[in-house]
Amino acid sequence: MAWIGTLPFFAYTLLFLFLPAATVLLGAFKDVHGGWTTSNVTVLVQQPYRLYYKTSIEVSLVTAVLGGIFGLAVAYAAIRDGSPRWIRSMLTTFSGVAANFGGIPLAFAFIATLGTIGIVTQFLKNQLGIDLYGNGTWSLFSTSGVEIVYLYFQLPLMILVIAPAIDGLKREWREAASNLGASSWQYWRHVGLPVLTPSLLGGVILLFGNAFAAYATAYSLGYQNLIPIAIGNYYSGNVLDNPHLAQAMALGMFVVLAVMMTLYIPLQRRAQRWAK
Amino acid sequence: MEDHEEQEVEFWRKLDEEGISRSQMLKRSVAAAAGLTILSGPGAALAARRLRTAAAPPLKGASVPMATMIANAKKEGGLNTIALPPDWANYGEIMSTFQKKYGIKISNSNPDGTSAEENQAVQSLKGDPRAPDAVDDGPAFAISGTVQGLFAKYFNTNFGTIPRAMKDTRGYWTGDYWGAISIGYNANLISTPPKTFADLLKSDYKGKVAMNGSPLTAGSAVAGVFAAALANGGSLNNVQPGIDFFAKLKSVGNWVPVDASPQTVASGQTPIVIDWDYLNLAYGPEFPSAKWKTVLPSDGVYGAYYAQAINATAPHPWSARLWEEFLYSDQGQLLFLKGYSHPARFTDMVRRNVIPKAMISALPAASIYAKVKFASNGQQTAAKALIADQWPAKMGA
Repeated sequence: MAWIGTLPFFAYTLLFLFLPAATVLLGAFKDVHGGWTTSNVTVLVQQPYRLYYKTSIEVSLVTAVLGGIFGLAVAYAAIRDGSPRWIRSMLTTFSGVAANFGGIPLAFAFIATLGTIGIVTQFLKNQLGIDLYGNGTWSLFSTSGVEIVYLYFQLPLMILVIAPAIDGLKREWREAASNLGASSWQYWRHVGLPVLTPSLLGGVILLFGNAFAAYATAYSLGYQNLIPIAIGNYYSGNVLDNPHLAQAMALGMFVVLAVMMTLYIPLQRRAQRWAK
Repeated sequence: MEDHEEQEVEFWRKLDEEGISRSQMLKRSVAAAAGLTILSGPGAALAARRLRTAAAPPLKGASVPMATMIANAKKEGGLNTIALPPDWANYGEIMSTFQKKYGIKISNSNPDGTSAEENQAVQSLKGDPRAPDAVDDGPAFAISGTVQGLFAKYFNTNFGTIPRAMKDTRGYWTGDYWGAISIGYNANLISTPPKTFADLLKSDYKGKVAMNGSPLTAGSAVAGVFAAALANGGSLNNVQPGIDFFAKLKSVGNWVPVDASPQTVASGQTPIVIDWDYLNLAYGPEFPSAKWKTVLPSDGVYGAYYAQAINATAPHPWSARLWEEFLYSDQGQLLFLKGYSHPARFTDMVRRNVIPKAMISALPAASIYAKVKFASNGQQTAAKALIADQWPAKMGA
């Protein structure tokens, strides 16, 4: 009878995951008059909707991969044998905070530092003669600006999820490899990375989903070209009133995540082969 | 019998609405052979209707004494409004004045909500005591809400003096105030003030020009595109030049994509803001240190109004109607004007000479306002579709 303990969980997922998902699925195929239609879904391959998906996927991929690589590097530097213990505890504490720091406060922090009149921007301009906004190519409010802001929470999240995997790299393996004459490169190529790859892939996927669904941070920066923001505009804006199209766009997000998962599962299986 | 009475009352209501004379109506009813009881006793039917009005709120404000309306509203014990920002068009003072005058407490939910959220609340809170009694919608949403049957008909006492273009003649919604697109600027940071849209492209204004949101989500930004279109050879039917203007503003580096707000105005982050006149004009006294000044761009004067509508299933139907009576009374309309927006009955009040001089002189010159253009619902729909299509690629990234 112990399974009864799982009932609240399943009730919760039913109410807050499956029912809303079903509403979105059905709503995506309805028109304003309540009839059935496929036009909400088929129109998504056209502009401007294609652009929204493209930028969302681009921002998520770039920040997931960069966050993944640098997160791994930082975590390894802090956790490897020989690093003082306090560095690790400080890093994980900071990461725990930063990974959950998002939305309006984060956007405000960046606007106050790297915005057009931010302190860093002003300092660079007045003291060092570097005008970030001078040639009009870079802006905090552009796609690359949003990516930089997202990395602020993506990188710490990677540190948190990869740290246990780095702990799993036993010192003996490295010593054994050295004793057998392996170079540092050979150790990483044949021992370190294969052990880390499943966690690394899992981390990158998590980061992708994290960025893909982020809303408030980009919204507060006034950035409009991401799919969740477009959904908000169509669902509850003052201008574009088309809730069913918004539901179709949400359905498109399910599809993108499903594709990511179908790519991830075989990769993960391959990466774990050594464990058998 | 009950049903029969109901029909009669409905019949008289329709008569009232259409404003046709009784004799005409009688002729019609004879022709249709459907008005036998009324023929036999119009007086009795009228009396029946009067009896009804005590129970259900009236269709016309003028048909019940104000005292009855107030007494019935007070019995309901509250008024629910939605999406009325206190710093928008003087809504803060309008709400507090209403509460003081009638002793009816207002609960204003979701003050920064959108028109879409207002209509959704009417729909999703049907039968709930927290449902909004009245909404303040953009005209497009007032029209779509009417089509969905969300609103009740009501002709406030001053309905007749509201310009025809700003109301639904069937009484489902009524324009309450309008504004024109203006350019506000921080005189500390801007030495040569912009006077037109063309001025905004000057190199002095690099990284300084913002709007109150994106036209993909904010009505004022759509209006900004309309005004820019008028200034650049476009028309209400063709906003393409407006979109191209903002694309150019971005390419020369003058555009700041930050949504202007009281905070960005106070901090100087948005030194020039294209926004409603009533918002820009209100920033002046609100943030004296920002030295906020407002001009109407003489090359593109575009206006838009908001509309009041009563929830068809309002939890406080009498209070909702009393609220409408208050908003459209001289007192309510002057409160809008005090917040620098043009109340719907502006022309009527100017004609009757009831507007204090100081209020008029606080606004930009009336000669510029005289050039204002309003887009029809069809023109707005077409403009929004074009903006939704082009804005993401031209202004994003």
